[in-house]
Amino acid sequence: MAQDPPAAPPDFVRSAAQGPARFALTGAWTLLASRRLEEKAAELAAQAQEAGGAVFDFSRVARLDTAGAFALNRVRTELAKAGFVGEFAAATPEQQLLLSETLLRGEVRPPPPGENFLFDLLADLGESFVGGLRETAHGVSFLGEFVVTLGALALRPGRFRLTSLVYQMENIAFRAIPIVTLINLSVGAIVAQQGIYELSRFGAASFSVDLIGILVLRELGVLLTSIMIAGRSGSAITAELGSMVMREEIDALRSMGLSPMEVLVAPRILALTLSLPMLTFVADMAALFGGLLVSWGYGGTSPAAFLALLQSAIKVRQFLVGLIKAPFMALVIGLISAQDGFATQGSAESLGRQVTAAVVKSIFMVIILDGLFAIFFTAIDF
Amino acid sequence: MSDSPDIVISARDIVVAFGERRVLDGVSLDVHKGEVLGFVGGSGQGKSVLTRTILGLVRKRSGSIRVFGQDRDAVSAAELRALEQRWGVLFQNGALFSGLTVRQNIQMPMRENRSISQRFMDELAMLKLQLVGLAADAADKFPSELSGGMVKRAALARALALDPELLFLDEPTSGLDPIGAADFDELIGTLQKTLGLTVFMVTHDLDSLYSICDRIAALANGKVIGSGSIAELLASDEPWLRAYFHGVRGERLTGLARRAPG
Repeated sequence: MAQDPPAAPPDFVRSAAQGPARFALTGAWTLLASRRLEEKAAELAAQAQEAGGAVFDFSRVARLDTAGAFALNRVRTELAKAGFVGEFAAATPEQQLLLSETLLRGEVRPPPPGENFLFDLLADLGESFVGGLRETAHGVSFLGEFVVTLGALALRPGRFRLTSLVYQMENIAFRAIPIVTLINLSVGAIVAQQGIYELSRFGAASFSVDLIGILVLRELGVLLTSIMIAGRSGSAITAELGSMVMREEIDALRSMGLSPMEVLVAPRILALTLSLPMLTFVADMAALFGGLLVSWGYGGTSPAAFLALLQSAIKVRQFLVGLIKAPFMALVIGLISAQDGFATQGSAESLGRQVTAAVVKSIFMVIILDGLFAIFFTAIDF
Repeated sequence: MSDSPDIVISARDIVVAFGERRVLDGVSLDVHKGEVLGFVGGSGQGKSVLTRTILGLVRKRSGSIRVFGQDRDAVSAAELRALEQRWGVLFQNGALFSGLTVRQNIQMPMRENRSISQRFMDELAMLKLQLVGLAADAADKFPSELSGGMVKRAALARALALDPELLFLDEPTSGLDPIGAADFDELIGTLQKTLGLTVFMVTHDLDSLYSICDRIAALANGKVIGSGSIAELLASDEPWLRAYFHGVRGERLTGLARRAPG
């Protein structure tokens, strides 16, 4: 049947017989004709109305499908509305069945129109403001639920899922080591190069080691790692939980009397909280090593001299400042990601939106938190 | 015989394997024009795999598939696209696009492949909804707001969007209540009569097999172990077919069918 000659496009011929106008329909009245089908149907309706009623002869119709039958039905309905009679003649039983099946009952409602632009804008603004407040409240209660779950787990450690924790840590920490190392090595090297270049104009190139040490240990190591993990693991958590919501897996857990918070969220957030300090340590070392390499190759400071300078430039607390921040960053990333995952609605689009929102919010919050820590540490003179 | 114009799908010696496991091991099957072919087989025996192979979603190791007389492997990309517009598929779980409303789902194939006005598309979408027995207010709902049965119907409406000549149905009545399932059977019967559809239906629903299938093919152990009218398969001595049609559930229906023939 692929060898069927393509049927002629839909058309009609008006016969000049006496009495009511007679239109012989020809060709294939199918959706394949696309716009031509619509145009011919409109033309037919116009001519039939002009003639004051008509008979439509189906004997020469090559093919008819639901779209064609529907269009012809509409021609007849429009005639009837104008007070004329339209009659279908010589239709085969199949065509008659098709014609009766495709008579549209009820009316066609256009899709709900959008409100006007200004109204939409204001509504969106209000909605996102209220949504933001609601989300904050939700976040706080989510944190509370998490703490309660942790408390319950502390009372009954047997319920804690150690396997899951180890598995998550493998994904979050172990598999992230290469990329975290690479990024921080490059950033350490860049900071060193810029530092040496700018400071050498003042004859203070050796201070670049102070710059690298303090900048990397206090800020860059933990910040870059947190941003990397928010993008890498936070998004994964949102996507996992979100697709579990979509496939009713969360409901299944609940129906078995298991708490998704305990089974899914607690191991993930704990794994994040344990992994991020470790990764931050790796990041610090990588960045310092990058700085060492550039100082050696570009600044001419030997590794031994670099280490000696570094030792005098930084104290343990510089290192601790960075490390202390890490678990808090992890907690923020984990809570935001998990909460956004659970907020997923039924559609794929919504999942995408949630993952985007989770990553953007995590990174934003990580930077805000870093700022708060900076104020705090300055205030306590640490 | 595979060149006969009456054969819509002709599959020959299809082998599909995942790793070492041969799911389809030399399956040959013909689907004739205008018939409703019921395709049965135990769970995990590869019914869906065969459907997906015919649709080109699963790669086969060997064998040939001709659809509408054209060899799937030999046609150009443009011809394949034209071919794919001549069939509609109802996936087992509906596979409606979750980010689009029902109306947009139905209009998607029209919008992509035909150039018609928005008004006509809206009307056609309403018509398809009416054909599959969905209320007009379902049009602007998202798939996640529909019940399981409504998803099936909406997915069928989308499968019918371009008035295909060939319809693939993967377990169309699973998850429907008996009344809904009977309606669905009747609907497919009506569509098949009015549109001259050829229907390839994977099903476990014995009722559907009895009521609308012209011919049945059974798959077991990677091969088609029997095909023919229901009476022929009922008379078969093949152990799996006997278990299938003469098991507790099968016997109940055949008993009913015997009491009330037709």
